Amino acid sequence: MTTETATQNKPRKNALVMFIHKMGSPPWFYNFSGKLVPWLWAIFCSLAAWALYLGLVKAPADYLQGESFRIMYIHVPSAWMSMMIYTSMAIMGFIALVWRIRIVEVLAMCSAPVGAAFTLVALASGSLWGRPTWGTYWVWDARLTSELVLLFLYLGVIGLYNAIDEPRKAARAACLLAIVGAVNLPIIHYSVKWWNTLHQGSSISVTGGSNIDPSMLWPLLIMAIAVKFYYGANLLTRARVRLLEQDKRKAWVRQVIGEKKS
Amino acid sequence: MIQEKSSVSLSGVFLALLRRDLLLAFRRRTELLFPVIFLLVVVSLFPLGIGPGPQLLARIAPGVIWIAALLATVISLDGLFRSDFEDGTLEQFVISGHPLTLISLAKICAHWLVAGLPIVLLCPLLALWMNLPVESLGVLMLTLALGTPVLSLIGSIGVGLTISLKRGGQLLSLLVFPLYVPILIIATAAVMAASDGLPYTQFLGLLTAGLITSVTLAPFAAAAALKISLS
Repeated sequence: MTTETATQNKPRKNALVMFIHKMGSPPWFYNFSGKLVPWLWAIFCSLAAWALYLGLVKAPADYLQGESFRIMYIHVPSAWMSMMIYTSMAIMGFIALVWRIRIVEVLAMCSAPVGAAFTLVALASGSLWGRPTWGTYWVWDARLTSELVLLFLYLGVIGLYNAIDEPRKAARAACLLAIVGAVNLPIIHYSVKWWNTLHQGSSISVTGGSNIDPSMLWPLLIMAIAVKFYYGANLLTRARVRLLEQDKRKAWVRQVIGEKKS
Repeated sequence: MIQEKSSVSLSGVFLALLRRDLLLAFRRRTELLFPVIFLLVVVSLFPLGIGPGPQLLARIAPGVIWIAALLATVISLDGLFRSDFEDGTLEQFVISGHPLTLISLAKICAHWLVAGLPIVLLCPLLALWMNLPVESLGVLMLTLALGTPVLSLIGSIGVGLTISLKRGGQLLSLLVFPLYVPILIIATAAVMAASDGLPYTQFLGLLTAGLITSVTLAPFAAAAALKISLS
């Protein structure tokens, strides 16, 4: 309803610019994301179900690792997501600090718990995978160690955000921390990698077998795409709730809640 | 006020602040000693917990001394902006018109001279306790001399972010320790390489690179953090 009037008032502006502009308004964002969220959840569920069926049922057992390699379909996408979400959080943090857009602040801060959850899943599944392949739950492997440091970085961002009472100030402080962490992340990653080769004679490589069979690779790729939709859906759902919470005294929230009730 | 501001050069501001902070620190000498005593106590706990075997102690010495240095730095960091924040001096700095980055850098320098330099100077004693070979003592001192300023610089960002919290100190350690990981790895690797008779200059080069990078970037981030905290 608000969209039509807005486009009629300013017809000369580029449609994309207008779209981005309007996304900065909480009520508009709330309405738009509300239409998007069910689709994202639906796409995630169907893709994930397909990938899990292919990966857990169809794909043959690995000749070296047996059935345990199937943890890969959870572990590898989560590890990729943990890094991708941190990057996207830092980029959104930068946008939030430079242009002071409240929606982006909310989105950056809502990314942190999702990313931390993926990091935790990657660590837990990695250590469960380590039991049959390495013979122990935890190895100070370069990847596991960097994931652990990444988890600490996420916890720092979440901790700082929750510690400051005023939501916008908290978001800005945590965004700055996310950017500082993102600058450090490559340094941490390479120093840990190199520390690992320094201290362990032979580093154990899990994904070292590069010629992976297509029947094993496809489920992984589909899963990797599915978790991106999960991130989108989860992020938007969280952001919508956060916006309602922050704006609970404003008219548009009363209107939304009123609509729901009636 | 404005005329006065323009008459003071940037280096004048820097030196004046450095002098002020050092003077304030030396007027509270017992507080000055806390991080140093903390460092000594932490390092002395390791032989008690692990056992006095000279071989083992020499092996873990670089790691123990460096971790103790990290802890001592984080303990002292809280005082970096705390008193200025509480009595409103920090707000005066912000509205003084001088770049907050420069002010942060001056305060970080003062912090290092007060909290970091004693660690470097004390490390022969710590090395003696931990039975570190004399040949690697020089390298340990060098890594501490290059590394502890980085700890102060990165730490200042964390302090800037947590300054408005009443119990910022607990959160501060969570924020800065992950960022200290590369420094810890490189510095201890240098000392271990020196103990094993391997070349170690590349590590010192990396530490110097880290120092230069953090000197150029960290004060800006610290100033941005302070501005957010004061808003």
